[in-house]
Parts: sequence; C-alpha cells; structure tokens
Amino acid sequence: MKDRKLIFELSREGRRGYSLPKCDVPERDLGELLGEDILRKEDPRLPEVSELDVIRHYTNLSQLNYSVDTQFYPLGSCTMKYNPKINEDVAKLEGFTDVHPYQSEETVQGCLELLYNMETLLSEITGMSRISFQPAAGAHGELTGLMIIKAYHENRGEGHRHKIIVPDSAHGTNPASAMMVGYDVVEVQSDERGCVDIEALKDVVDEDVAGLMLTNPNTLGLFEENIIQISEIIHGVGGLLYYDGANLNAIMGMARPGDMGFDVMHLNIHKTFSTPHGGGGPGSGPVGVKEDLIPFLPVPMVEKKDNKYYFDYDRPLSIGKVKTFYGNFNVIVKAYAYILSMGAEGLKAVSQNAVLNANYLMTMLKEYYDLPYDRYCMHEFVLSAKKQKNFDVSAMDIAKGLIDYGFHPPTVYFPMIVKEALMIEPTETESKETLDIFARVMAKLSKIAEEAPHKLKDSPHRAPMRRLDETRAARYPILRWENEG
Amino acid sequence: MSRYIPNTHADVQKMLDKIGVSSIEDLFIDIPKEVFLDRDLDLPEPMWEMELQSHMEELSKKNETVKRNICFLGAGAYDHYIPSVVGHIVGRSEFYTSYTPYQPEVSQGTLQAMFEYQTMICQLTGMYAANASVYDGATALAEAAKMACSVKSKQEVLISRAVHPHSREVLRTYARCNGIDVVEFDYEDGRISIDDLEAKLSNDTAAVIIQTPNFFGILENLDGIGELVHGHDALFIVSVDPISLSLIKPPSEYGADIVVGEGQSLGNPLNFGGPYVGFFATTKKLTRRMPGRIVGETVDADGKRGYVLTLQTREQHIRREKATSNICSNQSLNALIAAVYMSVMGREGLKEVGNLCVQKAYYAYDRLLEIDGLKAVFDAPFFKEFVIDIGKPAHELNRALLDYDIIGGYDISRDYPELEGSWLVAVTEKRTKREIDMLAEKVGELL
Repeated sequence: MKDRKLIFELSREGRRGYSLPKCDVPERDLGELLGEDILRKEDPRLPEVSELDVIRHYTNLSQLNYSVDTQFYPLGSCTMKYNPKINEDVAKLEGFTDVHPYQSEETVQGCLELLYNMETLLSEITGMSRISFQPAAGAHGELTGLMIIKAYHENRGEGHRHKIIVPDSAHGTNPASAMMVGYDVVEVQSDERGCVDIEALKDVVDEDVAGLMLTNPNTLGLFEENIIQISEIIHGVGGLLYYDGANLNAIMGMARPGDMGFDVMHLNIHKTFSTPHGGGGPGSGPVGVKEDLIPFLPVPMVEKKDNKYYFDYDRPLSIGKVKTFYGNFNVIVKAYAYILSMGAEGLKAVSQNAVLNANYLMTMLKEYYDLPYDRYCMHEFVLSAKKQKNFDVSAMDIAKGLIDYGFHPPTVYFPMIVKEALMIEPTETESKETLDIFARVMAKLSKIAEEAPHKLKDSPHRAPMRRLDETRAARYPILRWENEG
Repeated sequence: MSRYIPNTHADVQKMLDKIGVSSIEDLFIDIPKEVFLDRDLDLPEPMWEMELQSHMEELSKKNETVKRNICFLGAGAYDHYIPSVVGHIVGRSEFYTSYTPYQPEVSQGTLQAMFEYQTMICQLTGMYAANASVYDGATALAEAAKMACSVKSKQEVLISRAVHPHSREVLRTYARCNGIDVVEFDYEDGRISIDDLEAKLSNDTAAVIIQTPNFFGILENLDGIGELVHGHDALFIVSVDPISLSLIKPPSEYGADIVVGEGQSLGNPLNFGGPYVGFFATTKKLTRRMPGRIVGETVDADGKRGYVLTLQTREQHIRREKATSNICSNQSLNALIAAVYMSVMGREGLKEVGNLCVQKAYYAYDRLLEIDGLKAVFDAPFFKEFVIDIGKPAHELNRALLDYDIIGGYDISRDYPELEGSWLVAVTEKRTKREIDMLAEKVGELL
C-alpha cells in the first residue's frame, strides 16, 4: 500500500499556484535597502505546486475526517451539535471579516454594537453581570477567570489565599489553569452519587481557599444537586465559586449559573452556541462575572454613551489583557446569530432536547454497558466498558469498533473516576432514528466483545487508516517532514 | 420546534415512554427548586432566516472595511491578499465541523494538514519543531516566557520595548500571577539598545524577548545576541512576522531558542482582531517542554504512514496540574488557513509577497518624506511598515483621510508618548502605486 503524499512530496521546481501583481513601483535591490547580512541565503522549502494540486490535496485530506456534517459525533463534553449554515454565511459578511481591529471607533460601530448586544444576551442567559469576550477558548477563559479571582482577593488584602478546590471529576484544564495562575490545587472526591462529597469538601475548606471550580452539570453529566450547600460552604470562608461552562448546553432557560451562586464563569461558545469546532479551534471562551468582580475584567470593555459605542480602557483594577485585540470576534458573530435565531423558547428547547436525547440513549445502552451512576442524566452520561473488559475488550476497542459503523467514537477514559469510561453526548440536533441506530450498533459491539473480541481489538477495518501506533510516535518523534531524497 | 431540533412531538412521547417519565421536566428533578428558573429568559423574539440575514447585513454595514477603503493600517494585523483557494478549502465542512483529532483513524485530514503546517513553520523559522498553533502571537509569546522560566528555573524575563504593546501587556498579565518579573529594555534609533540590554541582563534572567520586524516595522540586527543571552544562561525568544521570513534570515541562524509570532498574515482575514493564530517553534532540546498540541508521524497496523497527536504527556488531560500549559486546543482552522496559504504561495510566491511589501513600503516612505513638514523618525531598514513624524496628532490626520476612503496608519503615540505626532504606516503587496500616490497627495493637502 502506498503512503498518502504530503504536499511537499507533490512539489516540482518551477510550478506555481499563486497570482500576484507585478511590482508597479520602481524596484530596488533588497541587499541595498535592507543590508546583505540580514537576508536569507537559502529559501524556506515551501512546496511548489499548482492551484489544482492544492485544491485536490486538501480536498482529499478533508475527506479523511469524520465530522458533524458527515457523521454522528457523540463526543462527550464537546457538544458536537450541528453548526447552522446561516451563521457561517453572516460571519463571512465583508463588514465583519474585513475590519481592522485598530480602526477608529466611529468606523467599527457595527462590531461594537454586536459585542454590546451579545453581552446583554449572554448576561441574561447566564445570570452574570458583565462579560468579557477576550479569552480565545474554554481553557483560556478558565485562566482569565482565575486571574480575576486572584486579583479580587489581592485587592481585598487577602492575597494569602492560595488554594483552588477542584473535584476529581473535573476537566484536566481546571487544575492546569489553577497551576498557571500560581494556585495550589486541592482535589475533592466525588460521593457515591457522582457529585461533590460535601463532607470531604468541608474537610478541605479553610481561610486559604481562593475558590472552587465546578462544572455543573458535572463531567458525569449529573447536576450537582447540593449546589446551594456548596456555594454556602465556599462563600462562608470567603472563597469564590467558578463555573466551568463546558456543560451549559444542559440547562439553558432552566437554571442559570448566576442564580446558583457562581461568581465567575466562562462560556464555551463553540459548544453551547453552535459555532464549529474547526478541527480543534478557533473556539471562544468569554468570561462572565458578578457585580463585585467587574473592575477586574480584562481591558477593554465595550460601553455605550449617547447612542455611540466605545472601548473603555480606563479600568485601573483590571487584570490587563489576556489576548491581542478583543477576542475571537468572528466566532462571536456566529454565536450571536445563533441566539437571535433561537430566542428564549428555542434555547430552552435546546437544553430540554439535549437532556431528553441523552436520557433516551442512556436508557437503551444501560442494558448492554455498565452505568456506574444510575440516575437521570443531564445532556450526557458516562458508561463503563468494564463488562466488556472481562473479555479483554477495552473502552478504546469499543470506540474503534464504532468507527467501522460510521460513527465518531465517544470520549474515552474520561472522567478518570470511571474505569473504561465511555462518555456520550448526543446533543439536541440528532434525531431519534440516529440514536436508535447508534444504540443498535453499541449493542452489537457488546455482543461481538463477548463472541469475537479479536475483531474489535483489530478495528477499525473500514476507516481511512488502521489503528495507529501512538507509542512509536511519542518514543521516536517525527514532528516535521524532511526531504529524504 | 426549531429547524435545528429534529424531535417531533411523537418522538418526544416515545422517548419519554422508553425512559419511563411523563414529561421532559421530570428529567430535571436534580435542579433544586431554589435555582430553577421560574420565568422565561428575556431574549428577543426569534428571527427567521431572512430576517436574521437582513439584521446582520445592516449591522455589518455600520462598519467601514478595508475593502471599501484603502488600508495603510497594520500594527500587528495586516491587510494581505487572501487567495481564493483558501476560502474554498477552509469552507469544507469536513474540516470545520470536526473536532480535536483524538481518534486519528478518522482525523487524518486534520492531522496531516497540521503536520504540514508544523513543517512549514519549521522551514520559515529554521527551528527543529513547531506545535500545531496556539491562540495568537501575544499568547504564544507569553507561553514562551513561561516555558523559559520553567526550563531555567528563574523568574525574570527581559523584553524589548519595541515588541508589540499588546504582547507586552499579555505577557505582564500572565507573568503577574506567576511571580515572574517582566523587565523592559529600551530602544535606540528604532532598534533594541544593546547597551540597555547588557545593563539589565544578568544571571537572574530566564529569557530575552525581541521582536523583528519590531513594532516600528524595523528589522532588528540580531547577530551576536544569541551568544550574549546564552552567556547568561538565558533563553533567546524571538517574535517574527512569518511573511518577512521568506526574505530575512531565520532566527535559528542567530541563536534563537524559541520562535513565536502572529500568523494572521498567512491568509487569515482581519476579522476585527480574531480569530488569529499564534505559531510556536523551538529547538530539539526543548521540544518536550513546548506547550500546545503537537502532531507526529507514525504508522498504522498495516505499516502505512499516518499522523497522531503526540508527546501528550506534556498536556493537561494527562498531567493535570503538572502540565506544561493549560492549553487544550489549538487554532486548527486558522493554522489550516496558514498551511493552505503557504502551499498556494509556495517557495517563490511568499518571496514575491515579501519583496512587494518591501518595495512598496519604501516607495511610500520616500513619497511621504517628500512632503514638507514630514520627517523620518528612525534610520534603520524596515520590512512593510515604518514610522514617520507628521507633526500633528495622527488620529486627526486619520479622521480627515477617511473622507477620501483612506484608512490611515496607527497613532503610535498611544503606546509611545515620546513619539508624539508620529504615524505607523503599513504597506502590503495589495497597495498599488496609484493608491500610495493618492495617500501622499492627500496627506500633503491635509497637513
């Protein structure tokens, strides 16, 4: 079998794919202008290919991906819902794409108005007072939110608070973000119902606590039913409550983080508000805060006066900037269009159907797979392949088996508190028929696991590639192409 | 129900029956009454598709654009030409509706494209390895500084005052909460002051950060700086404009340990500031200390070449609080744009873009200097941007130029009070001689 070619391997000297204007000003010698010493002696070896080469190469590559537009993609915790096309269209309007971030305020009133309106919409949805759009992704939002928490405490003369409490079911980004901000991470375990163990929480809480990070519903897809108590415990010692918005798709129009006692939160625009995941980005992770924390938000904020919108940089207590310019603006445009399409009723229906779909699928699958926390779930649920493990079939084998049936696998081995975890999030945009077929395939895989486990251990068989050797990649890293010829 | 939610009333009923509850609300019983929202969200009435389109068009028309105007504004975001091919490839929904390639067997499209992107960044910078991108140029720089402090176990970084103000601000924000001291060293005639650098450099220094072309558009002469920095057991971090590297010596040749930069210039639209893409490359020795996603080559069960995310033990989903960074994504689609752009441009095209920028920028500089009252500020070679003294507040001139559909340069006194009355003018390959002449003519009339 022949290896698929890299773009560099298509290169032929003298071939070109570009169209550029002739130089219409008097051309001068680069060495004279810039100095010979500064010039490059050897060209960067970029490919020399025709326009069709480029189109065919990348089009063929694209077809090797599973994607929401081509497959059911129940990747837990990632909310792989449908990305509406009208949002893509409006985000491509010249009046949004071809605007320079340093243009004067009077020439960008449309952008500013959009950000201003979006802040109002998201504040209402989350119950937060103000929102900054600067963070580029969820993890970046966490980082920003924790910086705000730190600045808040320091401003109150309580800089000694050095602990951030994180449940053992949390996303890995939570402890990593806390570390980036210089906090010590204290892990608190979950109870037998899959929620924060209140007694364990009380044990670790003291005057050194800066805050607690919580995903609600949590990564098991379960609503933290003791949220009010958790909030009282943390606030009781002067700590703040951070809401990881990864799972907001479960509760829109049903409950708001602001009403649950959260002081700071980030939103994952690319999950909840339907903007495409782009193969891993760009996302957008706006941060919302309650009244007391507004002074610490990044600069600038968008304000309105006399019917004009403007940037406010005069924010002396601000943590500063966390990104160039104002955030992933074009992603926000798409989410804004989404919210305007859905309205209050639509967003509530999103969450209701996301939860309905998850519970329906869970009910069908728990006949075949172990369900460690058997209670109603929110928008996602976590199964364990431990029954299948008895036949030496792992969660990963099930995942690879699904590929052969044209499904993108669920998230595997997360959260870490469930062994052989399969984390499934169907989202509201999938139909009952799709869920039924998926459940039938999952049942079939469970049967194969018992009867012919080797078939699963070898899978996938019908994907663009067989199973890839990840150990080899890490042990002998090849991180770029080199011309062997 | 919404067109994005396929469940019919009959479906809902069947599903509820299967679950064994009588209503959807029953599934939300875990939400305590006290926090259950007992009212509808106060949002505008939903818009139907055409209404939405009109609304968005109306909003977008309240902005001036670099299409309707002639743009001489840069300062970190540039109006380069984006070949038609780029939009067609990134518009493929197999790319844009997929996610992080956790399952490599069904993500080879994204993975191979990222591997190609990494290779291209290595080619431009001359470095050994690049990651699959980070949020933007400024966060790349901040991450690099943090990495240097971790590698060297020191807590002080020196950064040139001629580095983009946003990058310095983001660095300070990141540094503050990590107890990292950020010390700025000055510039002299538009380039780093070696004297000031030497004065401030010590064995406490973890890294020295320099940008070239710097914020003034000037190409720094960095020969010997690598040795100077390494002599104090510090890392040398260089921030670069990727387009300039088609012509200018790669940072690997003057001893850079980490090379970062803003990749917007490589085919990404201005988008009012984002999404952009930060690139990040380093030496062989430091590869495993690098933050962010990395794609590596391997083989599948049939021995066929393929690509996977690799060196993941650096990352948060495995290492949690011990990770090199909290980053858990990249700017994949923007990095894809960069890869497609560099493929279309290729070896010769990128050089031509670079050359056109230099030629046109110098032409514009000379034309503007012919105007009475306009003065040179620095005497050093520049790439596609230069500073010029116009003797009055730049924002006033810019406002007047807008009447002639010209978006003027950046008011650099915003960040450098000592450069009052100075203007940072960017000239990309898109600007024609006629447009530059017109700029000079109007500036002459207005001043």
